[in-house]
Amino acid sequence: MMATSYSAKDEDGHITVSGPGAGTLRSKKPENTAFKQQRLPAWQPILTAGTVLPAFFIIGLIFIPIGIGLYVTSNNIKEFEIDYTGVDMSSPCFNCSQNYSWNSTRPCTCTIPFYLETPYESNVFMYYGLSNFYQNHRRYVKSRDDSQLNGDVGSLQKPSKECEPYAYHENRPVAPCGAIANSMFNDTLELFYNNPNGTKLQIPLTSTGIAWWTDKHVKFRNPGNDPNLTAAFQGTTKPVNWRRPVYELDSDPENNGFINEDFIVWMRTAALPTFRKLYRIIQKKNSMVPTLPRGNYTLEVVYNYPVRRFEGRKRVILSTISWMGGKNPFLGIAYMTVGSVCFLLGVVLLIIHHKYGNRNNSADISN
Amino acid sequence: MFLREPERPTTGDWGFTSCFTFGSSSRLVVIWLKRKSCCLLLYLEDGRRSTCRDEDAVKAECGAETSGSASAAVMERFHWVQHRCQQLLLRGSERGRYAAPEGLAKSPSQDNPYCSYSSGKRRAVLSRHGPHQQESEAILRNYKGNAIRTTKYSLLTFIPMNLFEQFHRAANLYFLFLALLNWVPVVEAFQKEITMIPLLVVLIVIGIKDALEDYRRYLFDKKVNNNVVQVFCGKQKAYVERRWKNVQVGDFVRLSCNEIIPADMLLLFSSDPRGVCYIETANLDGETNLKQKQVVSDLPFQGEFTPESFHSRIECENPNNDLSRFRGYMEHSNGARVGLHNNNLLLRSCTIRNTETVVGIVVYAGHETKAMMNNSGPRYKRSRLEKRLNTDVLWCVLLLVVMCLTAAVGHGLWLKDHRDPVFQIDGETSPALAGFYVFWTMIIVLQVLIPISLYVSIEIVKLGQVYFIQNDLALYNEQLDSRIQCRALNITEDLGQIQYLFSDKTGTLTENKMVFRRCSIYGVEYPHEENARRLDVYEEEANAAGPSMTLRSGCSGKSRSCRSLSCTRSSVSLHTLTAESEEEEEEEQTSTHILSRTSAFLNHMARDVIPDPELMRKFHCVHSPESSLASSSSLELTYITDFFLALAICNSVVVSSPRHRQDAECEAAAPLKSLEDIKRMFHHFGFSPLSALSSLSPPQIKSSPNNLSSKPCTHGRTGASTGSSPPSTTEDPESNLEGSDPEGRGQGADAGQLKDREADDDVSTAKVEAADPPGADDDLVYEAESPDEAALVHAARAYSCTLRGRSAQSLLVDLPGVGPLAVQLLHILPFDSNRKRMSIVVRHPITGQVVVYTKGADCVIMDLAERPTGLELSAREIYTHIREQTQRHLDSYASEGLRTLCIAKKVLEEEEYEVWLKKQLLAESSIENREELMLESAQRLETNLTLLGATGIVDRLQEEVPETIEALQRAGVKVWVLTGDKQETAINIAHSCKLLCPNDQLLTVNCDSKDACVALLAELKHQHGGAGGGSAAAGGPEDGLPSSILVVDGRTLGWALQDELSSHFLELSSACKAVICCRSTPLQKSQVVRLIRDQLRVITLAVGDGANDVSMIQTADVGIGISGQEGMQAVMSSDFAISRFKHLSKLLLVHGHWCHCRLANMVLYFIYKNVMYGNLLFWYQFFCGFSGSVMTNSWVLILFNLLFTSVPPLIYGVLDQDASADALMCLPEVYTHTSKVYAPRVFWITLLDAFYQSLVCFFVPYFALAGSEVAELSLGSSINASALLIILLHQVLESHTLTWIHAVVLLLSGASYFGFVLLFSVVCVTCSPPTNPVGVETLQMSQPLFYTICALTTVVALLPRLFFRVLHNTLHPSAVLKSAQMDAVDSEMYRRRMERWNQHEAGVRPDLRPSAASAASCRT
Repeated sequence: MMATSYSAKDEDGHITVSGPGAGTLRSKKPENTAFKQQRLPAWQPILTAGTVLPAFFIIGLIFIPIGIGLYVTSNNIKEFEIDYTGVDMSSPCFNCSQNYSWNSTRPCTCTIPFYLETPYESNVFMYYGLSNFYQNHRRYVKSRDDSQLNGDVGSLQKPSKECEPYAYHENRPVAPCGAIANSMFNDTLELFYNNPNGTKLQIPLTSTGIAWWTDKHVKFRNPGNDPNLTAAFQGTTKPVNWRRPVYELDSDPENNGFINEDFIVWMRTAALPTFRKLYRIIQKKNSMVPTLPRGNYTLEVVYNYPVRRFEGRKRVILSTISWMGGKNPFLGIAYMTVGSVCFLLGVVLLIIHHKYGNRNNSADISN
Repeated sequence: MFLREPERPTTGDWGFTSCFTFGSSSRLVVIWLKRKSCCLLLYLEDGRRSTCRDEDAVKAECGAETSGSASAAVMERFHWVQHRCQQLLLRGSERGRYAAPEGLAKSPSQDNPYCSYSSGKRRAVLSRHGPHQQESEAILRNYKGNAIRTTKYSLLTFIPMNLFEQFHRAANLYFLFLALLNWVPVVEAFQKEITMIPLLVVLIVIGIKDALEDYRRYLFDKKVNNNVVQVFCGKQKAYVERRWKNVQVGDFVRLSCNEIIPADMLLLFSSDPRGVCYIETANLDGETNLKQKQVVSDLPFQGEFTPESFHSRIECENPNNDLSRFRGYMEHSNGARVGLHNNNLLLRSCTIRNTETVVGIVVYAGHETKAMMNNSGPRYKRSRLEKRLNTDVLWCVLLLVVMCLTAAVGHGLWLKDHRDPVFQIDGETSPALAGFYVFWTMIIVLQVLIPISLYVSIEIVKLGQVYFIQNDLALYNEQLDSRIQCRALNITEDLGQIQYLFSDKTGTLTENKMVFRRCSIYGVEYPHEENARRLDVYEEEANAAGPSMTLRSGCSGKSRSCRSLSCTRSSVSLHTLTAESEEEEEEEQTSTHILSRTSAFLNHMARDVIPDPELMRKFHCVHSPESSLASSSSLELTYITDFFLALAICNSVVVSSPRHRQDAECEAAAPLKSLEDIKRMFHHFGFSPLSALSSLSPPQIKSSPNNLSSKPCTHGRTGASTGSSPPSTTEDPESNLEGSDPEGRGQGADAGQLKDREADDDVSTAKVEAADPPGADDDLVYEAESPDEAALVHAARAYSCTLRGRSAQSLLVDLPGVGPLAVQLLHILPFDSNRKRMSIVVRHPITGQVVVYTKGADCVIMDLAERPTGLELSAREIYTHIREQTQRHLDSYASEGLRTLCIAKKVLEEEEYEVWLKKQLLAESSIENREELMLESAQRLETNLTLLGATGIVDRLQEEVPETIEALQRAGVKVWVLTGDKQETAINIAHSCKLLCPNDQLLTVNCDSKDACVALLAELKHQHGGAGGGSAAAGGPEDGLPSSILVVDGRTLGWALQDELSSHFLELSSACKAVICCRSTPLQKSQVVRLIRDQLRVITLAVGDGANDVSMIQTADVGIGISGQEGMQAVMSSDFAISRFKHLSKLLLVHGHWCHCRLANMVLYFIYKNVMYGNLLFWYQFFCGFSGSVMTNSWVLILFNLLFTSVPPLIYGVLDQDASADALMCLPEVYTHTSKVYAPRVFWITLLDAFYQSLVCFFVPYFALAGSEVAELSLGSSINASALLIILLHQVLESHTLTWIHAVVLLLSGASYFGFVLLFSVVCVTCSPPTNPVGVETLQMSQPLFYTICALTTVVALLPRLFFRVLHNTLHPSAVLKSAQMDAVDSEMYRRRMERWNQHEAGVRPDLRPSAASAASCRT
């Protein structure tokens, strides 16, 4: 009977749990279920020395080998780094570094000799590194137009206002717009092997395969379907600091325009002010000869990129890589340290447990 | 017009016979002069007497009487009489004697009468079908219909109104501010839409919650509005079915038995010949007893009510929420006025009972009904923890500001060093200005630091907690079928921090089930030893039932033989036993038989008073024909008779018989022969002169029961078979054992058969019974407003002085040897707390005198009792002796812990009565200050009383009260008892509930003056302040030192509460283990609570059951109402309503502890989570030139707190149990540590840990990836994943229990994060412009480096907490932990025991019994 379940008391509290139709005939007795009576079977983790001891030892036993493995792996990585900023008077690039201009007509070239003490067996990755370059600055990071880079024709002609003040130049839309693109690294690096016989052998550098697959094939797209990039970028202008428009970055049509890999790599902003970016890969040719044998090398730099202004540094890094990336001893050491500490704490707990914890220590399922 | 049937005198004497009320201040009194003539006396306000004679009218009346039907001619005659009276009245008012109330100056027939009603304090109600259709339409149009709408919003208004309400919260405003801030270009941190997401989610969640609540209300309204009721339709001239919502003011509504009243209506007709109807107000206030309502008196029609003939106008108050007050009058078409009282009003949502048909006219409808106006939704209080939380949130805000300032300054400095580099977009801004911008940017970025979802989460968690509290079986009362009600939803955690408990005594500590224990009459004490023994038996068995729980549980699952065995032993254990066993037989159970059985049981104790043999002998020798008055004086015998008569009739008890409707012939089987003797005796020893009226002849008396032919009469024993009475309609064998327990007294007989030691006593009882035929009417059910009254009526009944029935004019009473007597009821002056007494004015059935019987608090009655003067010396001596003796007995009763009442009487001279009557009538019929006038009138009557005797009523302690108090005291809760009772009674109760131990020192502070009070307090403080303080602080009864108990009486309390003394009082009381305040007024109660709450800054809890506890309940931080015998005012004003005092221990010790720990831990966890995650962003600022950059996608950033890590804390807050319920009940000491869970220290430790963890979580990935080609989002990806793992595992570490729900939620949270970021990195190509996530996570998660970093980070971050927790738990195991461990052992033992049980009995479910098992083990 509907009427009987009417009660003035029910009207106020929305909490009254009496279900609909709970008339006068139904008891208000709560259900005796494990859930409602809060008696669900539960695991009660009682953290005492006795119960946690094994965990400490197990962590220690797992971490120390991993740490050793990581450390060894990191140590096996060969890495060579040259700072070519040209801060010192003695530096070959000192003269070039004095030239602050982005758009100097005469390219400044400097040559840096170096000596590799150990041969590099596997593929060698050639990075350029910048220091004190805040690619993660909030305004800088935002200053791009992903739609434009994704090939959207509309955005090409009308860049997002995030790109300001690098969206338009001389009333023409900038392609690619924004500060990131505008400040693209534009030094040219070439590596020569100085044969002991005196000849200078240019080392072939592969410029593809340096960007993420997803970036190259999904995120970055040239506008339109026109294979002729010049036409596709019709009506746009190059970023102010660039010497060439975007459709002339490379001769290879698969590596030109927005899908130029140097460009893509630059556009993925670095997390930290000191960073490196992959520049080229030196492919291993055959298994017999090391990729970079021991010996003298020359690095020829076309010095365009001004960093002295903000006390930045420019480096070139040659490195092999392993399954865990580049050289970094930190992880290995950290793993070993943490493992040892855990082991040590385990021992401490063992002592404590024997001294104090002689009581029931089972954490079990109880009702 | 008349309701009171005139009693027709047969002799030639004149006498008052009937009175008719006209208007508000006049009354027509018909006085018989001779057999065939009468005179009409009209009393006007000033007592001026107008007389008129009208032979014809009287003749007509006589004719009507003889023919027995109301003919039209008779009616005409009466109209004429009315008319005459009206004329007289008008004349009176013209002379200014009759002051008409404002708004009534004009007679209703004058033009435009309703203009004054629309604006005034009154409302006029007319019949919709009356002659003045237009007028009534015009008036009634202004009143609300009966449709109700309790919803807050409608479909259209929901969004704006809900938003408006939500933006009242500071947190929501803050986040709105953030969202708006993000629209300012220079500080914009994220995409504009993203900062709005948290706010939107919170608003939507709350909005959905509100909408659901509102929708539930809507559905409920709809259901209620569409209920069908029979309403009179003017066109069809019949009652037609109409929906509730279409009922309007002025409609006539016909209701049948068990129907619910749709609106407040005036009772115009009842099928009951006496014009009463019974309603049950359970829906309104939870009281299940029947209340009697009376048809409006003096209606101008008789017999069947026809709406067409109703032409009266009703004037009543405007709608208000006072349930107990209704004033107004009805003006008939001829101008006569009848006063309307609360007693005429049927309230909406009550249920009609015991009455076939009633008809009423709707006066208030819909939202104007009293029931609806009393509906003040749930209460919102702010808990202590929430206040603490707010300060902590302010700390978080401070932290936020500091961090933002750091960033601002850092950015400024950084900018100075980096002028115009290539990555600098607008180098023109000055560093200071840029810093300023960054400050605001950082406010947006670090918003995660302020937990927006915390407030929503707390609300949700509290809902969950309340859900569990309400579903606790231990807080369910089987007898009343009531759960705990949580009326305040947001102070559950305050239950875990109670330091002071203020308890009412009566009904809170005690059952408020009064049982007559002993009495003193004529200065002679009747100890009722049998009765005492009987009560002890109950007590013993109730106690025995406690410890043997495990045993009984075994029994319950077992065979019937086991049950029947135990039930023959005691009805108490039987009852509990069957209650237990029902848990296993739920499917069989219907609540009706529980209710019937319980009520049957409850009644037993109160009913089965075993009479004192001596008193029985004396009382019965009054009427026994062979009465030898040798043994006791006849004066004493009249005292005794009067005493019992007073017990039986001086009350407001409603008699209802299950066979109420049977119109059985009532045989007046009284041995009338003896009546003359008795009367002679009364005449002879009557202590007041006999009036001429007293010579009533026997036939008259005999005829009176016939006049009351339809009164509840009984057939006697045969009629009382179990089958016929509703309470025992069940086939359940146990209930039959109870129900068929032949007659109430059979309880004793039963016990007598089975218990050898009591055999003799019970045989004698049985003899008494056998000699006492009227005692067989056991199916009379007394429903009393206060349990004291019922106890007294039952006591009188034990002495065969049985109250049989009650109507508006008379009472039907059995007197031993005399049989049913009709006692003419003249007036009832109901009990009120100011007078502390009630009186009844009757015409004595034997002497015919007008007698006032008064019953009330001893102090009041003793003061009012006359000091005999002018009587002869011996009589005066007797009076003085009686007085002294009675006072002595009263004192001894009080020291026994009995509730004392005094019974007194007063014989009124006829003239005296008339004078008083006049004023009383005036008071009754006045609308303005009716209460004051009534009080005054009552006080005028209740003077010079003759003390008859006193009664002592036992109010038994509720079950497990001593255990509960002990547990609470062990839990560090100071228990104060604030009672209105006498000091001796209070101390006695304190003893019996173990508040007071035998070796405790009692400090009694009773002062006569303020100065004395000052001195005494100072002295006591000096003596006990130092020493007692230490031991009280230690708090244990086990430290052996006798602790002191402070006892303060009301007057002293009044002084002690004054400003200059309150500090002394506080110091003294805090040095004492407990404080008992007796004779305290409701105001004092609340003052005490306020003093303690404000001065000591503790959390107080007040528990009470009556209206006098309301202020205390409202003052305390947590107010608990006990829904018991005394109505629901306490419950209505409380935060939680429980049904037994013992529920407090589980409510506080378990639920309070849990709720507080859960909520505190959840809050701490929330803060930890936010600080930890917020700091990650902050650390990054050191590497991005403080530019406000973030290393994660903003979606992930926002959703991290809102989605991925929001549900586990909720589960944690609802389900976590740091110790099992049984352990908490066993170890109340744990309760004292409850508040430490959220100590400031813990907050800072949590904050520190959050800092550490965020440092680890940021810098491990940083060092692992520094200098590499890592991109912003890649770094963020490993940091986020680590943070998620840390945060979730941190929760696992912090959780005390993990159930499958925890596991599922934790896994889902983790999965949702990884699922989201993976999906995002695949799908979102250009959707999140500045920080494009495409391919990031897929790449990251394919690299082992990611996992190595996450693993290392997680372990390093959680290691310290884990280690210190382990260290702490091992070196300083807390009580909680020990108990948890003990619990593990217990459960082991328990499981073994259960296995054994299961071998015996397959039906026992394991989850039912652990409480018993561990209860048993914690006793050992």
